[in-house]
Amino acid sequence: MDKPLLQVRNLCKSFGAMAVSAGIQLSVMPAEAHAIIGPNGAGKTTLLAQIAGELRPDSGSIVFAGKDITRMAVHKRSRLGISRSFQITSIFNRLTALDNVSLAVQARTGHSFRFWQRARTIPTLREPAMAMLERFGLADRAEDVADSLSYGEQRQLELAMTLATEPKLLILDEPTAGMGVEESAHMVSMLRSLKGKQTLLLVEHDMDAVFALADRITVLVYGQVMATGGPDEIRSNPRVRDAYLGCEETSGVVHAA
Amino acid sequence: MADLRLLDARGCALLLLLSVLAAVPLYGDPFTTRFFTRIMIYAILALSLDLILGYGGMASLGHAAFLGIGAYTVGILARYGIQSAIIAWPLAMAASMLVALFIGVVSLRTSGTYFIMITLAFAQMLYYFFVSLKGFGGSDGMPLPVRNTLGGIMDLGRHATFYYVVLLTMLAALGLSHRIVHSRFGMVIGGIRENEQRMRSLGIATFRYKLTCFVIAAALAGLAGALIANQILYVSPALLHWTRSGEILIMVVLGGMRSLVGPMLGAMALLIAEEVLSSMTEHWMILLGPLMIVVVLSGRTGIYGLLTKGSRSHG
Amino acid sequence: MDLVLLFVQGLNGLQFGVMLFLMAAGMTLVFGVMDLLNLAHGSLYMLGAYLAATLQVHTGSFPIALALAVPATVLIGMALEATLLCRLYDRDHLDHATMTFALILFFNELVRIIWGPQARFMGLPDQLSGHVEILPGVTYPVYRLLIIGVGLLVAGFLYWLIMRTRLGMLIRAGASNREMVNALGVNIKLLYTLLFGLGAALAGLAGMMAGPILSIEAGMGEPILILTLVVIVIGGIGSVRGAFLASLLVGVADTFGRVLLPPALASMVIYILMAAVLFWRPQGLFPSHG
Repeated sequence: MDKPLLQVRNLCKSFGAMAVSAGIQLSVMPAEAHAIIGPNGAGKTTLLAQIAGELRPDSGSIVFAGKDITRMAVHKRSRLGISRSFQITSIFNRLTALDNVSLAVQARTGHSFRFWQRARTIPTLREPAMAMLERFGLADRAEDVADSLSYGEQRQLELAMTLATEPKLLILDEPTAGMGVEESAHMVSMLRSLKGKQTLLLVEHDMDAVFALADRITVLVYGQVMATGGPDEIRSNPRVRDAYLGCEETSGVVHAA
Repeated sequence: MADLRLLDARGCALLLLLSVLAAVPLYGDPFTTRFFTRIMIYAILALSLDLILGYGGMASLGHAAFLGIGAYTVGILARYGIQSAIIAWPLAMAASMLVALFIGVVSLRTSGTYFIMITLAFAQMLYYFFVSLKGFGGSDGMPLPVRNTLGGIMDLGRHATFYYVVLLTMLAALGLSHRIVHSRFGMVIGGIRENEQRMRSLGIATFRYKLTCFVIAAALAGLAGALIANQILYVSPALLHWTRSGEILIMVVLGGMRSLVGPMLGAMALLIAEEVLSSMTEHWMILLGPLMIVVVLSGRTGIYGLLTKGSRSHG
Repeated sequence: MDLVLLFVQGLNGLQFGVMLFLMAAGMTLVFGVMDLLNLAHGSLYMLGAYLAATLQVHTGSFPIALALAVPATVLIGMALEATLLCRLYDRDHLDHATMTFALILFFNELVRIIWGPQARFMGLPDQLSGHVEILPGVTYPVYRLLIIGVGLLVAGFLYWLIMRTRLGMLIRAGASNREMVNALGVNIKLLYTLLFGLGAALAGLAGMMAGPILSIEAGMGEPILILTLVVIVIGGIGSVRGAFLASLLVGVADTFGRVLLPPALASMVIYILMAAVLFWRPQGLFPSHG
């Protein structure tokens, strides 16, 4: 059996008297697409924040690729191979789309204490960035300021940036949030194309997206893991149905990829 | 295509301005020469603030401290007989960089707003420190007997010679800054300014880049300090007063943040206005406040933005 | 240093600290709840002093001057907030700093125009200008004791206001979560104007009390503003309790520093203290935010 790429053990985090993470156990296998679902307030985003390093847990451990990263700084975790997208799109709004992705490429290629050469003319930065934009269908928007992109395009851009860092683990916080039906489907098919090649950990509310993508699903309720398993297991789990999924209708229909 | 033509227009205007500046000592009287020397020194100073303010997004309200440190380094060295610019000016820059390193390490890990407060506080501390240096003039400051010598060959005592040295320094500062802000380092600094959280999650150790930017700016300000000490042949704590930090801030905001040329225009505008208006009324300063408020509220990009309206290119 | 000197200097430190607290409390409340960095806070202090001095001259009465100066400063402050500063709320702190710095320039020049460039002095009425024996053989200026008393009274009042009233609850809530208070349907505009008025009152009071012991001149607000910033950084933004403890700490440290150390070092004591706190606890000693 493979070793998990990410292993979260007994993660606890409280804000005052409120336990947001109460002994969470989670493991993500390499090349797996792992979804975290649960009602609002379950602590999903807080969990992601602790894995990414923006929050420190009170106790427990997070091990990534064999390294204990529980107390590691955000940028160091990123260098190890963890990349993430945020629930509220976090990009460089006043820079162009190409500059956005180029920065992501640049962040991964050595240090940036280089003061002389014009960064925008360096092919090893520009070309991979352009290629990534093309992959996301944003090539014609390359010179447009990110602010002028539509919401869906901005989220695509953010995903492009995170992929440009060639991550080992891609953490996605509600990638289809705020998207219409068509944009959601596009994002889902984009993510599906990564399946098997990238390890994905995503938080999602869109059940169609979840069941279309996930190899395994973890259900989080009130800061605790209620169940973990394959899509069928989870779908048929009565406690999960009661707590979150509700009726049979929410599952089953899969959009055309 | 339109961009190229515009670049020509802006480039031409800049070239024209620089030609005028180059001609000043040849056609102007000594007062004008000294006045424009002062303007150029402040242009360098304002440019250095723009690097951390406009480009780095770090609001420092204590930048005059580095001016003072550079100036005092030159003054103190002169006291001990060291007159050579080749020794004194790099030392002035080094002293500023050292202090900037300390201030930066302590204050760059906090939020941006704390940074504003802290830089103001540390500049005040340094002001009081220099006031307390009774051996070097205390609150009155001390004069310099003569300007530094440049390599023993150039007599900076001649106004025209000094003018051209300052002009060349300003051009070098502009050129260097231009390269820095468009380099990889500049891109990272810009990213940190725009969205530091995103930069961290891309794997950048943002603290060390901000610190480096801060130290570079301090070095440039220290050089401006060395120049001003030579210009007025005097150093005093007034160079570090918070009002001076405010003046530099005004120059950057008024001239146009994040444009490199803007701070130079701002320095020019402020110093010329000061000269003209102060001869008309001693209370001309009362106009400055409301003017700044208008500039801030209108969200415009200062004089530079006004001059290049409708021709905005990204970055 | 003997015990008596220690005690007297301790009182001096307390007096200084209490003045700083008045400034810091106002500033940290405004910053903590309204997220407004107001560098012109020192200008309100200055206006309090000038108004008190002028009123004293015109009415010949110290108490009347004091009673009117603070409300006058409050009105000026609220007017300022309602017309100009309210436009800053959705802008970043650099804009706040730049704009309120511009106000400093304006007010400094304004007082020069109205009152002239020479420094002014406020006299004290006879009852307050003497010394009183606080310990056998030890006398201390009455006025300074008054300042300490007023300061502690105000501290007590603020404690009651913030901990025990509805307004205080809104302040505490706003300091930790602004959006929430907004969402609760509270008239934020009014709350902000009142809060700014409170800050102006505290600053004006401090300036007014400082009038008799310092010289009143343009630019007098800025040294104390910078000290206030140091206090806030040490105490933690948004925390009145932090401001109280930090002001006393800074007041005492500065006073004893001046007594014990050579001048060069003495003036640096509180800044070194600030640097130390920043290094060890970057959010300050008692931050109100998480």
